[in-house]
Amino acid sequence: MTSIYQQQIIDLYKYPINKKIIEDADLDYGDKNPSCGDDIRIYIKLDDDQKVIDVGFQGSGCAISQASTCLLTDEIKGMTLEEMEKLSNDDLLELLGIEITHARMKCAILSLKVLEGAIHKYKGGAVGSSVAENV
Amino acid sequence: MLTIDEQISKIREDFPILNRKVRGNKDLVYLDNAATTQKPKQVIDTISNYYLEINANVHRGIHALSEEASELYEQSHKKVSDFVNSKFEEMIFTKNTTESINIVANGLEDILSKGDEIVLTRYEHHANLIPFQQVAKKTGAVIKFIENDDNYNLDMQSAENIVNDNTKFISFPHMSNVIGSITPAKELTKLGHEYGAMVHLDAAQSVPHMKVDVKDLDVDFMSFSGHKMLAPMGTGGLYGKEELLEKLHPFLFGGDMIEYVSYEEATWNVLPWKFEAGTPNVAGGLGLGAAVDYLENIGMDRVSQIEHYLTKHAMKRLEELDFITVYGPDANSRGGVISFNIIGGDNGMFVHPHDVAALMDERGIAIRAGHHCAQPLVTQIMKLPATSRMSFYIYNTIEEIDFAINSLVDVNKMFN
Repeated sequence: MTSIYQQQIIDLYKYPINKKIIEDADLDYGDKNPSCGDDIRIYIKLDDDQKVIDVGFQGSGCAISQASTCLLTDEIKGMTLEEMEKLSNDDLLELLGIEITHARMKCAILSLKVLEGAIHKYKGGAVGSSVAENV
Repeated sequence: MLTIDEQISKIREDFPILNRKVRGNKDLVYLDNAATTQKPKQVIDTISNYYLEINANVHRGIHALSEEASELYEQSHKKVSDFVNSKFEEMIFTKNTTESINIVANGLEDILSKGDEIVLTRYEHHANLIPFQQVAKKTGAVIKFIENDDNYNLDMQSAENIVNDNTKFISFPHMSNVIGSITPAKELTKLGHEYGAMVHLDAAQSVPHMKVDVKDLDVDFMSFSGHKMLAPMGTGGLYGKEELLEKLHPFLFGGDMIEYVSYEEATWNVLPWKFEAGTPNVAGGLGLGAAVDYLENIGMDRVSQIEHYLTKHAMKRLEELDFITVYGPDANSRGGVISFNIIGGDNGMFVHPHDVAALMDERGIAIRAGHHCAQPLVTQIMKLPATSRMSFYIYNTIEEIDFAINSLVDVNKMFN
């Protein structure tokens, strides 16, 4: 059995990338996994063409949830809202590059749920937990 | 007499599951006993034999199988009643502690009114909190909480400050499922009675691990689960003093809990059947009886002794590790439950309990990580995102504990 705790995951947990607050973010949204306490807030700054020019996050939780957020926030740099909306759980799992068991799926995909919530809110949608209905 | 280690080896022979491999040929090390225990062959055989040889509905049929099933089911009630020193009428079989507590909470709806006070503790498992939150909402009663001291022991001074003439009901755990603290059940019950309050004991973590005598404690109600004491899932018990159970409104209605029925009205069956509506879990009930036999054969004092031996060893080993914080009292005033975190030592990194548990699992070790169904205690009182928890039972060995603790050293090295 291969460990899901590959060096990349542990390194990203210890030395996270993109972990910063963007004060004048255009998109700013957070959510939690209530059962395990993973907590992530994503900040996105868009340019005039509605492409991501800067992205940051704050969060706490397990190594899987935090590494996943690092990888996702890096991946969306330069993307349009439409491109981001097309991202799927499978895309995220591919970025993580590890086999995620059912029990850890919530940890792995929280970052994407937060991103989806951020876009939804930016477009004027109702704000609520996008995670709760999926847990 | 066998040494403790010899006795543990002998006990392990009754638990075939402990020989299985997990996660790619790793020996299973099962340290999640506060969640549920494994089941000995004697319990599994009892259940199996019931379905192979006896299966029939109880309290209904005038035929051989039904009579046998009814007789065995009632014998099992008797064993469980005797186990905690209650009367036969005072022991209701339920599906778990949660159901037991809901029966009591449901009964309180007729009894409590606006301004009455329910007293709980900061330890509460959700099962001993949510039912009373609901009762409070329905009746207008207010919930108050007894505080802990700095070491997470129940603070009796706080209890004395909080319990008063308005206190109508007190419920508290005999042992915290998160930090293992044992509460002064007898003292707190006495305090409640001085003010005329009814007292319920959540004994989910005590009945499996120590001698519990309801008459000695003098509690009015007590709930426990079978599956945490070697019995099958879907079994549990509610003890209640006879005069209080007589007053309490039934929780579930239907077959077997009635005496006379017309299209318009019904009267209730005698205790304990008044609270056992519908076809009961007969096989489970017999399994619970077999579990009680198994534990009594070892002796509850010996059970406590084995667990204390394991807990003391684990606490000593954990205290030697500066990257680990253990929460709660020392080994002498706790049960076999240890909550801890890898905090990394000086300038070290906190390793999230989910990562700790997942990495232990890769080594074949089953521990629990999270809130342990006591979210307010972990997040509001301990102010932690979660903890890791190892919990022991009579079949765990010193070698297993050493392997688990050595594995924590490895996990810490990955992050720090």
